Parts: sequence; structure tokens; C-alpha cells
Amino acid sequence: MAQSHTPENVNQADLHAEHHDHVDLEGVRTFGFWIYLMTDVILFGTFFATYMVLQGNTNGGPGPDDLFQMNGVIASTFILLTSSYTCGLALLAMNRGKLKALIGWLGVTTALGAIFIGLEISEFIHLVSEGATMGTSAFLSAFYTLVGTHGLHVIVGLVWMSGLMIQLARKGITPVTKRKVNIISLFWHFLDVVWIFVFTVVYLMGVS
Amino acid sequence: MAHKEMTHSPEETHGSFKAYTLGFVFSIVLTVIPIAIVMNGWLEGRANAIMLMVFAVLQLAIQLLFFMHLREEKKPRYNLISLVFGLVILLVIVAGSMWIMMYNMVAV
Repeated sequence: MAQSHTPENVNQADLHAEHHDHVDLEGVRTFGFWIYLMTDVILFGTFFATYMVLQGNTNGGPGPDDLFQMNGVIASTFILLTSSYTCGLALLAMNRGKLKALIGWLGVTTALGAIFIGLEISEFIHLVSEGATMGTSAFLSAFYTLVGTHGLHVIVGLVWMSGLMIQLARKGITPVTKRKVNIISLFWHFLDVVWIFVFTVVYLMGVS
Repeated sequence: MAHKEMTHSPEETHGSFKAYTLGFVFSIVLTVIPIAIVMNGWLEGRANAIMLMVFAVLQLAIQLLFFMHLREEKKPRYNLISLVFGLVILLVIVAGSMWIMMYNMVAV
């Protein structure tokens, strides 16, 4: 964009950017998404605070020690970490202009995310079958709210990424689809960060 | 034009294969260590909790720097500023809630 000197661009630059730089509208959009991520920081922070305060209130029911099966959780942690990496590889492929590799790596990321969600759902089913439902105790209410909200974010990411793959297949790599891939990669890495804290605070601290 | 843009445009989040792989290896190592600490019961109580949190925060830094390209942001660093703002609120909510719920003698 910086190199193109069409009249419109020059005009816009004069109007909005005041000096030297072009209007980086896609950059502003990315920043807008970053602001959304910060609201998510606050949302998850609130759930974490609630969980930490309530985690001892088991109402005579099962506690973290009795419930969590670490093998599955550790597996899903590594799966999510790997998906964060493959999402990065998708971005690299995009920056080199390789559409097929981009869609391929996004596909791998989506598949890993789906496996993660599958593991989480089977964990929840297992917990409920043990009698640990959301209504059992304050600890479990906070647990399902925190972990479930993260899972919901991952599901939204999966739907979004699938849609983006279709759009990429149709329109190829344009400034707009580029920005969209950048944004979904921010979202995905952010979910990885949240999971790291879920894994640490809920699971590791819960069983130690 | 498109080609020129690809080769050098400072504001784009590029990253490199090396950076991503390095970040991935770091994140794996920083996950394996706390798992080992917990599974072998190396630490207890407060020391355990602090150590685990340290590793989680290091992970956060790795993701931000290597994957979310916070290093490569161009000059008015609005993303960084908003992140700091978000983290301040986070600290107030989490630390504030825990402090008032656990050390509030009036409620006891």
C-alpha cells in the first residue's frame, strides 16, 4: 500500500494520517481485535478469581484431587500447544504467499483444536458420570464456568477458522484475508495462553 | 506492488520459522517442568504454587513475544499499552478478590 500512489490513497493519507505514513486501516482493525482480546483478559481474570476463591468450597462433594485425571489433561495441553505452533506455520506460509500451505496448516490447526475439544467433552462427560455436575458444589460451578468458557472460545475459533479456510480457497491471499488470518492467529495464541493458566491454576495446583 | 510489499513492509507481523520453532520448544519445556514438579511432588505449599505461576507467566511471555509478535509492533505501541492496561485490571480483579475473600476479618 505504501508504494501505490493512486490519487485516492494520497488523499486519504493527507486527510487522516497527517504525516508521511499511509492509512493503515487493516492495522487499525487488528488493533481493534486486540482491544477485544483485552476484554477477554478481564472476563477470564474474573472467572479465575472466582475459581480461586471458591475452589475449597466442595460442599462435602469431590474435590480437585478426587476428580481430575491428569493424563488426558496433559495430552490435551500438548495438543493445544502444538496447534498454536501449526497456526504460526500457517502465518509463515501466508507471508511467503503459499495459499495451499496456508490452508493446509490452518486445517491441521483446526483438527488439533477439534481433538482438544473432543477430549474436553469426554472429560466433562466422565465428571458428570461420577456425580460431579455444575450444581454439585461451588467449586464445580466455578470449574465448569472457567473451563467451559475456554472450551466455548475454542469452538468459536474452530467454526471461524473453517469459514476462513473457505474464504481463502475462494479469494486467495488478499490484504483483507491476510488481516483475517493475522487476527485468528492472535485469537488462537491467546486461547493457548488462557489454557496454560487453566492448566496451571486448575489442574496442576488442584492435584498437588 | 504485491511483491514489494511482501519483501519489506515493516509493520507486518512476519516472524520466522526459527522464531516459531524456538517459541514452540520453549513452550513445551516450560510445560514439562511444572508437570514434573507436580507429578514427583518436588515442592509443597506456597513454594509449589509460586513456582507453577512463574512457569505459567514465562509461557505467557513466550506466546506474546514469539507467537503474537509483540516485539515487532511499530512505534506508537498501542497494543502493548492496551495489554499493560488489561494486565493492570487483571491484577486488580484477581489479587483484589483473593485478598478480600481470604483476609477479610470482618466476614469471618
